[in-house]
Amino acid sequence: MTAPATADPDDLAAPSRRHLLRQGGALVGGAVLLGGLAGAEAQAAGVGADNLPPNIPGWMTAPGEAMGSEPYGLPSRFEKDVVKNIAKNLPQYLSAAARTPLADLDGIITPNGLFYERHHAGVPSIDPVQHRLMVHGLVDQPLLFTMEDLRRFPSQSRIHFLECSGNPVYTKPYGKTASDLVGLLSCAEWTGVPLKLVLQEAGLRPAAKWVVAEGADAAALTRSIPIEKCLDDAMLVYSQNGERLRPQQGYPLRLLLPGFEGNMNVKWLRRLHVTSEPAYSREETSKYTDLMPDGVAREFTFYMEAKSIITRPSGGQRLSAPGFHEISGLAWSGHGKISRVEVSVDDGKNWREAELQEPVLTRALTRFRLPWQWDGRPAVIQSRAIDETGYVQPTLAELLAVRGTNSFYHNNAIWPWHIGADGEVSNALA
Amino acid sequence: MRWRSCVIAAIGLVALVGAARAQGTYGIGRPATPAEIEGWNIDVDRDGGNLPEGRGSVAHGEEIFAQQCASCHGAKGQGGVGDRLVGGRGTLASAKPIKTIGSYWPYAPTLFDYIRRAMPQSAPQSLPPDDVYAVSAYLLYLNDLLPADAVLDATRLAAIKMPNRAMFVDDPRPDVKNVACVTGCSDGK
Repeated sequence: MTAPATADPDDLAAPSRRHLLRQGGALVGGAVLLGGLAGAEAQAAGVGADNLPPNIPGWMTAPGEAMGSEPYGLPSRFEKDVVKNIAKNLPQYLSAAARTPLADLDGIITPNGLFYERHHAGVPSIDPVQHRLMVHGLVDQPLLFTMEDLRRFPSQSRIHFLECSGNPVYTKPYGKTASDLVGLLSCAEWTGVPLKLVLQEAGLRPAAKWVVAEGADAAALTRSIPIEKCLDDAMLVYSQNGERLRPQQGYPLRLLLPGFEGNMNVKWLRRLHVTSEPAYSREETSKYTDLMPDGVAREFTFYMEAKSIITRPSGGQRLSAPGFHEISGLAWSGHGKISRVEVSVDDGKNWREAELQEPVLTRALTRFRLPWQWDGRPAVIQSRAIDETGYVQPTLAELLAVRGTNSFYHNNAIWPWHIGADGEVSNALA
Repeated sequence: MRWRSCVIAAIGLVALVGAARAQGTYGIGRPATPAEIEGWNIDVDRDGGNLPEGRGSVAHGEEIFAQQCASCHGAKGQGGVGDRLVGGRGTLASAKPIKTIGSYWPYAPTLFDYIRRAMPQSAPQSLPPDDVYAVSAYLLYLNDLLPADAVLDATRLAAIKMPNRAMFVDDPRPDVKNVACVTGCSDGK
């Protein structure tokens, strides 16, 4: 896929030092410094003392912005550097990807503006009044729905992750940060109608085995979905985290297939063709297939297997000093709930069970945490997810031994971070 | 009797709704007409089902390709900003596999399906069927799958057997096993 974007130290200017100081971190030499700073260190990092005790902060001595200055709210201006991670100098940006800045986020819900993106022919601007969903093929009655029609169906909201299948690829250069490595990953609360209700409205014929979903973008992207998934937990989604889908996420309508690779969750959905066979479209034959060392390619590789990543501390950050640091990260599985996450702080020799933040939801991101005392010596930290099927997240070596380096998709390897004596966190496998 | 007239009225109502809409629990949406479906259904299956009428020659395809495709894919399909489309046979099991139409794609009709729906990137769904057949013919010719004087139509496209067709298998995962060793593990990597 795309080369990971590398943060340019020159881009990390003074405002972000201030905001990171407030969060208990600061930037030193391009790395995010983790750990509290005393006042003297704050000054050394370039922050004035006017707003610090015993002085009265300037924002208390005059009224703030009047109501209505921002009809659609935006993050604080001090958070302006928390943005999507988009590779620089790509040959083109119509079929490209943008990563979620995983290390900058807490909890399990990805803000809509930071949700990862992957499109195959740009982002269309669709008037919802003129958008239609057609259901045809092996049905008793082909139907056409307006968006208003679809919102009349019984609705539901569920929290699920989405992940691109090429996240990361199998070959070097591996990314420097958690976002570079697995930033094609996000999680949201989705609202829409169960797909089975819409299919049943048209009436499935006995020969119906697949549903070919097509987007209304300039790629008319097409993927075939097995009917079992369509009648299970698949949804037609119109809202994300409470508001209507963003254009980048398929406005006004997308398919959601919990646990299946991202590109199958067809955005800007306009057509469902019920068939007896897959379409064998270009995307599901020549693109999203997994090439093995012997030249055989796996097709219809739908599920995203269990995976985890430590996001704090992670690549590009720096531990300010020995002492207490919370290790925190994300785990997820396309096959169901995460049952356990284990963390090693000694290069994989010993593993401890991390605490999972409730609620632990099926096919959703799960936040894990482990308290840690760093002794100031070089260390390798890593996490390992185990899902409710008993599947254990593999190491990269185990994965490469079976799949080789040409497979491109579905790399769910354990990813260790190296912590230097100076606290610098870097990719231990790079 | 009153209950009987109610039942008759109910049956009448069901019949009325049934006439408006043959199926459906909720009665939401309206029937899609055959003309609407024909206009939108551009899916071509792997056996060439739903391919439109029309025909195009390798020679005409070369002209269209030069005008519409070469700026991204190179004059001979060797690649550029767009994918490489030609060559690569015999490389899939090597350290540097080259996935092209000729080396990787399992079904020839998919070529028509994809070019029509998504190409050229600046104006998808603008090429008439004859031009799509022609470009498909040219690309198959460049991959040694059609002779230079070939004219392609639905029957001929569906008859082409792609070289890599037998090399696709179903998903065998979980295929990689890890054991959750907890203490004194020898190899954490």
